[in-house]
Amino acid sequence: MSRTSRMVVAGVLIACLFSSIVVLHRIHAVYPSSPMEDVLFISSPEFVKRASLGYSGLLADIYWMRVVQYFGSKHQRDSIEYKALAPLLDITTTLDPNLVIAYEWGSTFLQQPPPSGAGDDEAAIELVKKGIRNNPTDWHLYFTLGFIEYLGKHDYLAAAKAFEDGSKVPNAHPWLKVMAAKMLTDAGSLDTARYMWQNIYNESADKTLKQNAELHLASLVADEEIPQLESLVSEFHRRFGRNPSSWREMISAGMIRSVPRDPTAEPYVLRADGKVSISDPKKLPFVQTGNPH
Amino acid sequence: MLAVEILGFEKTYAAGFWRKKQKVGLKSLHLEIQQGEVFGFLGPNGAGKTTTLKLLMGLIFPTAGSARILGKPWRDPAVRAGVGFLPEQPYFYDHLTPVELLDYYGSLSGLSRADRRVRIPRLLERVGLARDGSVQLRKFSKGMLQRVGIAQAVLHEPQVVFLDEPMSGLDPVGRREVRDFIQSLNREGKTVFFSTHILSDAEALCDRVAVLSGGELRGIGVVSELISQNRGQFELIWQGSEALPAMKALAADCHVAGETVRAIVEEPRLQEALDVLKARRTQLISVNPLGGSLEDYFLRKLGPAGEVER
Amino acid sequence: MSRRIGAIAFNTFREAVRDRVLYNLVFFVLLLVASAPLLGRISAGVQRVLLVNLSLTAISIFGVVISIFVGISLVSKEIERRTLYPVLSRPVGRGEFIVGKYLGLAGTLFVNTMAMSTGFYAALFLMTGQFTRADANIAIAIYFVLLQFFIVIGLALLFSSFSTPLMSAIFALSMFVAGTFAGDLRDFAQMTHGPQGWLASSISYVIPNLASLNVITRVAHDQLISGALVGYNSLYAALYSAVTVCGAVLIFSRRDLK
Repeated sequence: MSRTSRMVVAGVLIACLFSSIVVLHRIHAVYPSSPMEDVLFISSPEFVKRASLGYSGLLADIYWMRVVQYFGSKHQRDSIEYKALAPLLDITTTLDPNLVIAYEWGSTFLQQPPPSGAGDDEAAIELVKKGIRNNPTDWHLYFTLGFIEYLGKHDYLAAAKAFEDGSKVPNAHPWLKVMAAKMLTDAGSLDTARYMWQNIYNESADKTLKQNAELHLASLVADEEIPQLESLVSEFHRRFGRNPSSWREMISAGMIRSVPRDPTAEPYVLRADGKVSISDPKKLPFVQTGNPH
Repeated sequence: MLAVEILGFEKTYAAGFWRKKQKVGLKSLHLEIQQGEVFGFLGPNGAGKTTTLKLLMGLIFPTAGSARILGKPWRDPAVRAGVGFLPEQPYFYDHLTPVELLDYYGSLSGLSRADRRVRIPRLLERVGLARDGSVQLRKFSKGMLQRVGIAQAVLHEPQVVFLDEPMSGLDPVGRREVRDFIQSLNREGKTVFFSTHILSDAEALCDRVAVLSGGELRGIGVVSELISQNRGQFELIWQGSEALPAMKALAADCHVAGETVRAIVEEPRLQEALDVLKARRTQLISVNPLGGSLEDYFLRKLGPAGEVER
Repeated sequence: MSRRIGAIAFNTFREAVRDRVLYNLVFFVLLLVASAPLLGRISAGVQRVLLVNLSLTAISIFGVVISIFVGISLVSKEIERRTLYPVLSRPVGRGEFIVGKYLGLAGTLFVNTMAMSTGFYAALFLMTGQFTRADANIAIAIYFVLLQFFIVIGLALLFSSFSTPLMSAIFALSMFVAGTFAGDLRDFAQMTHGPQGWLASSISYVIPNLASLNVITRVAHDQLISGALVGYNSLYAALYSAVTVCGAVLIFSRRDLK
């Protein structure tokens, strides 16, 4: 084959390769990689395991990556439904029952209310209990169970029991015992919540869980500051017989030094009825007292 | 215009596990083949004969050098319309019949359907396969496959035909037929270039031969000249038995038929022998130098292991 | 040139057929027949879904196996067995040979797939007793499966152009599996940073992306496939096959034959 012909063929090859990459991008726009719904048509985890021909570990890892991707892309699109999350996690953990991160991460985001999660307490608890059955010596899972009972179902007794059980596991983190005690004495307080989230933040190796904890901690700060600000507003009302119309008024009155900002550096919103709220619930999704909705 | 001109073809292979060793298949080969001649390419196994043919057919690529076939560069695919090739121990598509195979090859050679329809039956007849035209090739014997191979080599009536060991695996009848075939090609004015290690075939068929060994050309020449090269012996025929005892001492061989004696004498003793005959007053009938055979030439050119006589 | 390519393509097809490749159709029919009593036991709603899933998956798997093994036997084996010598000693370019082989194989798979699809539609008709609009939709899934074959044939040809039959089969099969998980590789690349992520990303674009050619489950549930996807997939298959064929041509044109 002559030199020129070879160069032409090589040129065509490269051109086609690059074009194929461009077309690939277009395909992904039209056929988004949401193979999750497809995958669930084989909804039996046992079947999947058997079909994996013994390579279930690898398949579990692949499923795990897809779960994270699924959740991530849905989250980005501000979905409020994560219907496929629980079944997917079930399949993943059936394929590899020792994939602890799947239980931890999975139940965290199953429990959290939409849009940050599926808002399904029962599914979350079922998942983490499955995790404990398969990994009875991993203290993280007991902690996760306790955390869900506490945060989601507000069943402080059950939470205490979970923390207590976890603390008995060899190499358990000492703060499990502390949490058990706090459940019985001080469950509803912000302090307890802060303690818990701070520890999760410190202990988590997973980036997403860490970020999640950070958001919770920030929300807790807001949850603490807002009642303080509201009481200042009441004070203003007492002094001047009306609610302040802006933060400036309160600054002029010498009650605060500057415009109060929430942990995301956005100014708090002072409402006409004297309530204070955060300006952007999306940035601090876990705020309870200052949530404008 | 020469039929084939090989201008310094070289082929070196990278051998060994790490591909570091160089194995020489062919050292710089220069060869010219005239149109219309039958040229024999001789050499022991592994000499590089098949390598040369594969290089000419573009099946492998030379490390250096080039060639021309009928004046055109050997690499040009169009050249191959005028060339026919019979590979060594050919192997064809199992599930086709000879007719289908030749039809396929014919279309690749550019023959029209009408042409193919006419030529194929005739050709099969010519190579003796007329009755087996519709039998699948996987049922063919080696000899029959060889005939198919020859048929496909000449189907498109090429000017130059390359045959790699055309007699291999054939019984004497088959070999005879191939020899006749080559001669008929020659009569048609075609150039035939074939490789073989059967010297008697080469002696019978070829105009010229070349001897290849170890990838190198060791000798080349016209057959009739090569075999008539003086072996260093003379044949003496005379009448008169008186000289016999004396001659018997000088000669390598003596044969008596009545009064006529035939003796073979080594060259150094020729003069002495002639003097003896003259002294005895015999009647000298003939003095003939004896030629060698191609085998002698061949073995001479190969030389004892490691040596080369040029 | 095109006449020679056509001759090579036709001969390839003929070789494949005579080599009893099409016997796999018999197994396919047997499979459908054997699964009939099983299907009878399930509720009517799921029957159709199961038939579609089963048949199309079988067509896909059988076809990929044929694409790889016949593809390799018709090229790699030819090179090993020297049946190629009389072909290439004729005025046939090496590139023409590769293209002809590709077309012949593609034709073989086309015929095979059409035959299997006919069998499938016959079974579907027997089951439901009528043809609905949704049935035509299934044809799109079959078309995508065919596109997938065209890509796999290209791969088989590419690997055959330089390696032995066994290694070619292994490479082609591996590429097929890798291609099925190309999406996951890309996800992995997005989650990883640094040179690893870069490498994973590049690889995920070079291997064939086969996941978007599989719409079997969607079609089984009567979901519509967008026309844009049909268009883009066709384009992708054509481009990717072109890449593999060009690669095969380049490699084969410089290859010393045994």
